[in-house]
Amino acid sequence: MAASILSERDIEFMLYELFDAENMTLRERYSDHSRETMNAALTTARAVAEKYFVPIRQKVDTHQPTFDGEKVHMVPEIKAAVDAVIDSGLAAGAADYELGGMQLPSIVADTVTVYLTAAGSSTMGYTTLTNANANLIEAHGTAEQIERWVEPLRSGRFAGTMAMTEPGAGSSLADLTTSARKAEDGSYRITGNKIFISGGDHDLNENIVHLVLARIKGAPAGVKGISLFIVPKFLVNSDGSMGERNEVSLAGLFHKMGGRGHTSTALNFGENEGAIGYLVGEENEGLRYMFHMMNEARIMVGHSAAALALTGYQYSLAYARERPQGRLPSAKGAGSSPVNIIQHPDVRRMLLAQKAYSEGAFALCLLGSQLMDDTRTGESEELRLRADTLLDFLTPVIKSWPSEYGPRANSLAIQVMGGHGYINEHPVEMFYRDNRLNPIHEGTYGIQSLDLLARKVPMNGMAGYRVFVSEVEKTLEEASFQPELKDYAVELELAVASLTDTTNQLLHAMEHEPIDLVLSNSVKYLEFFGNVVVAWIWLRQGIVAARALADDPHEADRDFYRGKLQALRYFFRFELPETEAWAKLLVNLDSTSFDMQESWF
Amino acid sequence: MKVLVAVKRVVDYNVKVRAKGDGSDVDLNNVKMAINPFCEIAVEEAVRLKEAGVATEVIAVSVGEKACQEQIRTALALGADRGIQVETEGSVEPLVVAKLLKGVVEKEQPQLVILGKQSIDGDNNQTGQMLGALTNMAQGTFASEVKIDGETVNVTREVDGGLQTVQLKLPAIVTTDLRLNEPRYASLPNIMKAKKKQLDVYSPADLGVEVKSHLSQLKVEPPAERQAGIKVEDVDQLVDKLKNEAKVI
Ligand SMILES: Cc1cc2nc3c(=O)[nH]c(=O)nc-3n(C[C@H](O)[C@H](O)[C@H](O)COP(=O)(O)OP(=O)(O)OC[C@H]3O[C@@H](n4cnc5c(N)ncnc54)[C@H](O)[C@@H]3O)c2cc1C
Ligand SMILES: Cc1cc2nc3c(=O)[nH]c(=O)nc-3n(C[C@H](O)[C@H](O)[C@H](O)COP(=O)(O)OP(=O)(O)OC[C@H]3O[C@@H](n4cnc5c(N)ncnc54)[C@H](O)[C@@H]3O)c2cc1C
Repeated sequence: MAASILSERDIEFMLYELFDAENMTLRERYSDHSRETMNAALTTARAVAEKYFVPIRQKVDTHQPTFDGEKVHMVPEIKAAVDAVIDSGLAAGAADYELGGMQLPSIVADTVTVYLTAAGSSTMGYTTLTNANANLIEAHGTAEQIERWVEPLRSGRFAGTMAMTEPGAGSSLADLTTSARKAEDGSYRITGNKIFISGGDHDLNENIVHLVLARIKGAPAGVKGISLFIVPKFLVNSDGSMGERNEVSLAGLFHKMGGRGHTSTALNFGENEGAIGYLVGEENEGLRYMFHMMNEARIMVGHSAAALALTGYQYSLAYARERPQGRLPSAKGAGSSPVNIIQHPDVRRMLLAQKAYSEGAFALCLLGSQLMDDTRTGESEELRLRADTLLDFLTPVIKSWPSEYGPRANSLAIQVMGGHGYINEHPVEMFYRDNRLNPIHEGTYGIQSLDLLARKVPMNGMAGYRVFVSEVEKTLEEASFQPELKDYAVELELAVASLTDTTNQLLHAMEHEPIDLVLSNSVKYLEFFGNVVVAWIWLRQGIVAARALADDPHEADRDFYRGKLQALRYFFRFELPETEAWAKLLVNLDSTSFDMQESWF
Repeated sequence: MKVLVAVKRVVDYNVKVRAKGDGSDVDLNNVKMAINPFCEIAVEEAVRLKEAGVATEVIAVSVGEKACQEQIRTALALGADRGIQVETEGSVEPLVVAKLLKGVVEKEQPQLVILGKQSIDGDNNQTGQMLGALTNMAQGTFASEVKIDGETVNVTREVDGGLQTVQLKLPAIVTTDLRLNEPRYASLPNIMKAKKKQLDVYSPADLGVEVKSHLSQLKVEPPAERQAGIKVEDVDQLVDKLKNEAKVI
């Protein structure tokens, strides 16, 4: 059975039909590019994915890294794969030419990452984290810090981490206790314990650059007193050569449900004098810098969840086309031959759901990539501002919807394959385990829902919400010209009206009712909101498909576009109607969870 | 030493091809295209010769419509120094390709020409041999190893009975088999550098060749669907079926 990592046709559709990636070449930064160069980058991504990632993924999953008290050991194939990503330039697709990058538009660079993530999410984790780390230092570090750290991070000599979480401070970073003391030479001495730090120790690179959140002695309590530090595993001399080992030590490794190739570490900083750290930007501004990076990271979490959902869908689809089992209810007699399971409508339901979730999630994340690019390279100030407003507003949904529905898609991939999906001779159970992290890290599902309802929606007189609704209205207008999409447009219009009504009622209640009660169903609000956003994304895909079908395309394309319209139909028939029930819960300030007492459990 | 490598634009090996509804041809509309895998091996071998200091220049040539410049640039991104496109329309048969390549050989005077042993679309396995006949150059086909030794090249060939090594006088023609090497992929910075490399376009007339067609395609249809198998009761039944139904023993 040969399953593709991703559907090449769908990537074409997303990049060049739904989003106009070719149009990006009109922007100065991307003027050297063409569809050809963008496709060439994707071809290289596929080659590296097929050669270095897919063949090792099961071994990486079953041979977790170990710690012997001195060093971390992992299967050598991980280093070969990480090196291949760096050597091929895939790690720095979006970076400047001068930094060894290819200056690809974000939407293409992120698709490259999605390819590799789909083929080996835990191995790719080292690269994506290192990039996020370098982006942060580049945005907020001094020129000297950029030279010292960013250059080797980009070239693959160093790796990077994000060290935020502590045993007593996960969702609530306000409570973190790692401390920093200023030394005479202007650097700081860091002391404290961090947990769950991904990539916190390994020998894949010469050095590891930790970005550590800590509290400077005497700083204000809470989020206002958090600063950000560069704390390397090895100090670096002023000529760039490697110096002594810093006081950063590995206390141990965590053993995880999924993502097993990516070390998850407990780190101790400064067991004696304090680990040497260098302040990034201003004191007490650390959380703001970290959030800058986390917004990018959240979009990458969405992409990662979508990638695993997409590849699980491709795998179970290929299986379903070839597995003979059972007969249709209409088949008479035991003598009839079994059908391939894709002939069972219930199996097609599960495949359609996966298609709707995974391709909906992917398109949503690519919208995030495009908006991120527009905020930086958009032609006009107006476009940049609008993109910034919309992106900031949609980030909780771009992070959360794929994280929630991606694992659901992977669960269905297992179900499609029956007992064969549950065992590790096939990778779908691993996809599920790998994907299950996504609603937990970078802000849990619950935390994201609070961010959306209590902060992002009311912000600036609902500015983000209004931009979003005006974008939906544009789509509704376009859909009204397509006879077969008219009904969907009406349904989406009603859903948006209901969302707006619910939102207004909740914002009103936030001022007049107990806030803990009003926010107690915030996750249902996120889900409501998310399903409306994804219904909109599907309608946009439907418009492209309907227009293409009107041009009488050749047979394979006809099937492809009909598949898009059918997934749209699935989403509007099976998923969007659920929002009606959630709207009712929300506007009634339903208190079922709120009223539940601890002692009643 | 100059090395000429021929590259062909074909359907990507990952694509499941379909016949057109009217059976006139394979449906190539909007289908992902790529460099023929055997040609990729040819490019890799040439680039390795250059890296080893044996070759001084690697020229990638493709015969086809303008779109095949994409595959030439792929070869340039993999390490070829410059490219040549011989512009033709529609599909051209192996003999015409061989004649056009002969024209390029005469212009460029390479010491070594490396081609794929066949392309995964036509599966003809003819162009290299025809070029050998037309140019009167020695040929080593189905190569699994190529070693340049002064004025000669030793080519190890994959033949039915195992491996056969032939020694050819340069200039010579080599066609590649799958095990010759494992091709690299283009690094992202090299993809951009390839855009700046020289790419010349010739017409068949420039090379003094008239494009003629000697073959016509009658029909393209998908292979018959494989029927489900059955389980036999015992060995006797198997033997009986092999004898009387399949008539193979
Ligand atoms: C595999 C893995 C990799 C990770 N990588 C990193 C890394 O590289 N760097 C790093 O710094 N961290 C990392 N983390 C940590 C991750 O970000 C935290 O696990 C996450 O923020 C949740 O914190 P916690 O585990 O302490 O859970 P808790 O904060 O204890 O949350 C437990 C539950 O309580 C809920 N909850 C908590 N507070 C609230 C609230 N105010 N309102 C409503 N519900 C609430 C949560 O939604 C959750 O359901 C990683 C974690 C894992 C598992
Ligand atoms: C951990 C584990 C323990 C097990 N233990 C035992 C055991 O102790 N003893 C034992 O005998 N077996 C055992 N099994 C086997 C288990 O009962 C089967 O895996 C299960 O019955 C499904 O069969 P299948 O795996 O062949 O999937 P399939 O039958 O191939 O099903 C694949 C998919 O097709 C769908 N499908 C199949 N037929 C139809 C139909 N007619 N209409 C609609 N949809 C259809 C299924 O719902 C499923 O989604 C075990 C399996 C596992 C994974």
